[in-house]
Amino acid sequence: MTIKAWLETAIQDAEKRNLPGLRPLLEALARSTSALRTADWNHDATGESDSMPPDVR
Amino acid sequence: MSARTWTIAELGRAIRSGRLSAESATRECLDRIAERNPTINAYVTVLADEAIAQARQADAELARGHDRGPLHGVPLSLKDIIDMRDVPTTAATRVRAGHVAGHDSPVVTRLREAGAVLLGKANLHEFAFGTTNEDSAFGPVRHPLDPNRSPGGSSGGSAASVLDGMAYASIGTDTGGSVRIPSAACGLVGLKPTFGEVPLDGIVPLSNTMDHVGPLCRSVEDAASVYDTLCGRPPHRRSARSLQGLRIGVLRGYFTALLDPQVAAAFDSACARLAGAGAILGDAEIPHASDIAPIYLHIVLSEAAALHAKTLDSHADAYTPNVRIRLEMGRYILAEDYVRALRGRQILIEEVDAGLHRHDVLLLPSLAVPAVRLGAVAIKIGAVEEPVRNLTLRLTQLFNITGHPAITLPCGATTDGLPIGAQLVGARNQTDALLSAAAAAEGCFVATSRL
Repeated sequence: MTIKAWLETAIQDAEKRNLPGLRPLLEALARSTSALRTADWNHDATGESDSMPPDVR
Repeated sequence: MSARTWTIAELGRAIRSGRLSAESATRECLDRIAERNPTINAYVTVLADEAIAQARQADAELARGHDRGPLHGVPLSLKDIIDMRDVPTTAATRVRAGHVAGHDSPVVTRLREAGAVLLGKANLHEFAFGTTNEDSAFGPVRHPLDPNRSPGGSSGGSAASVLDGMAYASIGTDTGGSVRIPSAACGLVGLKPTFGEVPLDGIVPLSNTMDHVGPLCRSVEDAASVYDTLCGRPPHRRSARSLQGLRIGVLRGYFTALLDPQVAAAFDSACARLAGAGAILGDAEIPHASDIAPIYLHIVLSEAAALHAKTLDSHADAYTPNVRIRLEMGRYILAEDYVRALRGRQILIEEVDAGLHRHDVLLLPSLAVPAVRLGAVAIKIGAVEEPVRNLTLRLTQLFNITGHPAITLPCGATTDGLPIGAQLVGARNQTDALLSAAAAAEGCFVATSRL
């Protein structure tokens, strides 16, 4: 699920549950999740952007 | 100087020489609690009768020559997240209203076997999920040096009880920094051991892979004595370590980029003093330091949400609003992102380990700002405004992710007299070596005044 789709779904659910205070927190969490997903140590199943070899770390 | 401001070691010598009894020391703490707790709000439950009985027993045993060790007869407080039989474990929440612990947790069993006097249960940030101790069913804890400030959290009541002379030490928990943050804010020594060294049974969990138990004390020697007891082994004298030749890897970059100017100055001064005493300071780095916060957030929120899902549905209104909303946030994290965070954890473990291959210990500030004003949501450092939570966790959470032992020592104070701490980090499962290095460093740092 893309972060955009996740955020839209999460906000809709939070509003349905009458938790409007969650919106800014979810927006902040989305930014954090974006950082997590774009970190260079994430595995890529294609092998095209493998994380650094161990001896470089 | 009043006896209630002594270290455990000083109290122990006084008791054994007959200058003071465990009962007198306990009564002095209880008198201080009666006087100051209405203002500071460090304690949720005070066990006066039980404590006096324990103290009398300690005095009788010591008189017979039965010496249980450094904690024998020493009055301590316990963060109210740790089970003591027949006493409520409130976790500072109305969610647990009516709870009474049926059994002692293993850490309490060990403290009893060591002859410690258990004064009562200390206030905390609700469910240990916060760094200021403001969100508590029992109201905020106030900093003993400035009642308009937080003592830090989540073990805020623990720290305040020790700083204010209401206990000689306290047992807290640390999931993102909750022993080290209030210890730094209150000028105490706070130890987070290696993950898994101290049993977590009978302790209300927050994050299964990052919860730790540790002491808040007035000296490294005291922290070592309490640590030994919590680990279930007899306290032992560690070989003295000189600063001469101690290889210290100083973490800068991310770890010093966002510091209150007085914290930065105190840290630089501490480094200079260590070098002047013969330590060999070098640069250390964590290449993926910028990923620490997202990794921590995804792990702690997911694990906390899993633990709280049921009661968030059944007892939603019993939580404090701020803690409830943050726990609810965790329920939205996708499993794939939690797993990504676990991969990031492995990278950070390798990077901290790499630093400790080249250095005996790592050194960084403990808390980016002095004790925060109650009610503050964000703090401005230079042109950057950062949420209080992010700023207070910034320098401690890494070692909850990785499990390395870490200890904060007071290293100075602001011009307003607010304590500043420096943090030493050791290799995993080498907490003893870290304590030896910390004892050597302690003598270099400026002692903050005791009340």
